[in-house]
Amino acid sequence: MEEKLTLFKNRKRFGIEKNIDIIFKNTALVLSSFVAMILLGIILVVFFQSFESFSRYGLKFLVTSEWNPVKDEYGAFTAIYGTLVTSFLSLLITIPLGVGTAIFITEDFVPKVFREIIGSFVELLAAVPSVVLGLWAIFVMEPFFRAFFVFLHNFFGWIPLFSTEPTGRNSLLAILILVVMLLPIVTSIARDSLNQVPKKLRNAAYGIGASRWKTIFSVILPAALSGIMAGVLLALGRAMGETMAVTMIIGNSNAFSWSLLSPGYTISSMLANQFGEADGSQVSSLFYAAFVLMILSLVVNIFAQLLVKKFSLKY
Amino acid sequence: MNSLYYHKGLSRNIGDKLFTSLSIICALIAILPLIFLVTYILIKGGSQITPELFTLEPNPPGDDLDAGGINPALIGTLIITTIASIIAIPVGVGGGIYLAEYSKDGVFSRFIRFGVNVLAGVPSIIAGVFIYALIVSTKILFGSMYSGLAGGIALSILMLPTVIKTTDEGLKLVPNELRYASLGVGASMYTTILKVTLPSAFRSIATGVVLGIARAAGETAPLIFTALFSYYYITGFGDLFYEMGSLAVLIYNFALEPYDAQNKLAWAASFILVLSILSVNIFSRILAAFTEKTKRV
Repeated sequence: MEEKLTLFKNRKRFGIEKNIDIIFKNTALVLSSFVAMILLGIILVVFFQSFESFSRYGLKFLVTSEWNPVKDEYGAFTAIYGTLVTSFLSLLITIPLGVGTAIFITEDFVPKVFREIIGSFVELLAAVPSVVLGLWAIFVMEPFFRAFFVFLHNFFGWIPLFSTEPTGRNSLLAILILVVMLLPIVTSIARDSLNQVPKKLRNAAYGIGASRWKTIFSVILPAALSGIMAGVLLALGRAMGETMAVTMIIGNSNAFSWSLLSPGYTISSMLANQFGEADGSQVSSLFYAAFVLMILSLVVNIFAQLLVKKFSLKY
Repeated sequence: MNSLYYHKGLSRNIGDKLFTSLSIICALIAILPLIFLVTYILIKGGSQITPELFTLEPNPPGDDLDAGGINPALIGTLIITTIASIIAIPVGVGGGIYLAEYSKDGVFSRFIRFGVNVLAGVPSIIAGVFIYALIVSTKILFGSMYSGLAGGIALSILMLPTVIKTTDEGLKLVPNELRYASLGVGASMYTTILKVTLPSAFRSIATGVVLGIARAAGETAPLIFTALFSYYYITGFGDLFYEMGSLAVLIYNFALEPYDAQNKLAWAASFILVLSILSVNIFSRILAAFTEKTKRV
């Protein structure tokens, strides 16, 4: 016994082992704070690069749509409007489709195997690179929808949204390709939050005689609402920042138009189009536009994070 | 008396049928684009695949004769994605280790996790703009402007949140008993993490990381003004510091060309890109399902 105690007393960690431990911990600490540094770096760099344009045009930049590198006049209204319109309208189409699909996957209309296959199919859609979707949109979607757009213009041309003659690429096509991109996000998050609703709630509703869809609408959807909302906000952030597919199909025109059937612009497509060849004050103005885009997506994302946090506290 | 039997005509039953068919329609609309997209790419892109495609340089657009191959872009994508992985994986895994093993649920880790989610939501083109300002326009990398290296760094910013998240979540799933057992026999934290917790979370981390790499391989927006594009073969190490082509940028550039030959090349590149990304996805999904099953037993 005595012998054992002294054995323990003498057993000390080697100094080197201790140092390795401390070094390891601090390296990990530094690596994890990289994230904060990169985020801060992005915000600061984009802000300072846009400073010249910011001090010159101020907030007027946000409401004028002149974009003239020759005269040095810059205003990003068309692009900002395009970003907001394409993302909100595409979301408007995506929400019912995505939530409907999520309900289909979480209810037992068809055997589980089929639902799982559909679920993973939709998730695979998220893995397709956006540039490929853009290619597909140019060569398949645009010809496919051309007749439909002409029809829209002929019959609903009196509505400002459809008031221009459709000629090739336009904002409506951008909205449609965004729907294809957002569907997997909304569907998979809605499915996860529907799955998280406790079974008790459903059984209780069935027990007092509610029909299936009464249960879904009055019990399950409200319980999953905050999770679905968070998914919708994440999708909104994605839609605002989405670049390639939109750039390839939206037509890239800075002329402002209310019509969805005319070519348009978004902030990200403007960046993709002009950044490579820009110089002088145009670069600064593009950074200003990038800053606006970043603030928009940051606000949306932070809201989504807060919602998720609230949601995860509940269950 | 009959009220307990099922009546087709009741408004609640009609409503139920209606909504059920609506949700079936939604699901059909959701999967139709994928089926169209994948079959179209497989047919249209697959028919362009020839052995020369993998060995030739693309010809500059203009002559309508022959578009050449995609060899430089294919190699470029591999190189740029490798650079991004070399940067993002150590940083991400290290950061994830700190979050999951040291900081647990402290203020710092909550702040960083928040930052990771926000960074994941930053538009990919902003990462390109950021690297352009930081590296390309300042010529900080040995005086080179547009380079494959800059492209890889831009991509690593997009990969980083995925890697941290999967490491963090994978480590959190490791049962605490393993940690106690290891610390209990006298192992240091460092040994515990490297020898016990990381290996047992390895498969889930690897799956997440591989998915992140697959995702990065298809990213275009961060590359169009960092790595730019190149028509020429990659011959040596020095080419890292010059413009470098990639499959994604090739698709973007050639899709917008008015020439049929270039468009066909874009389809062929899409075929290769989509096929590899989807197969990585499907493979890791099967692997994940398999692991879950074996764990349950």
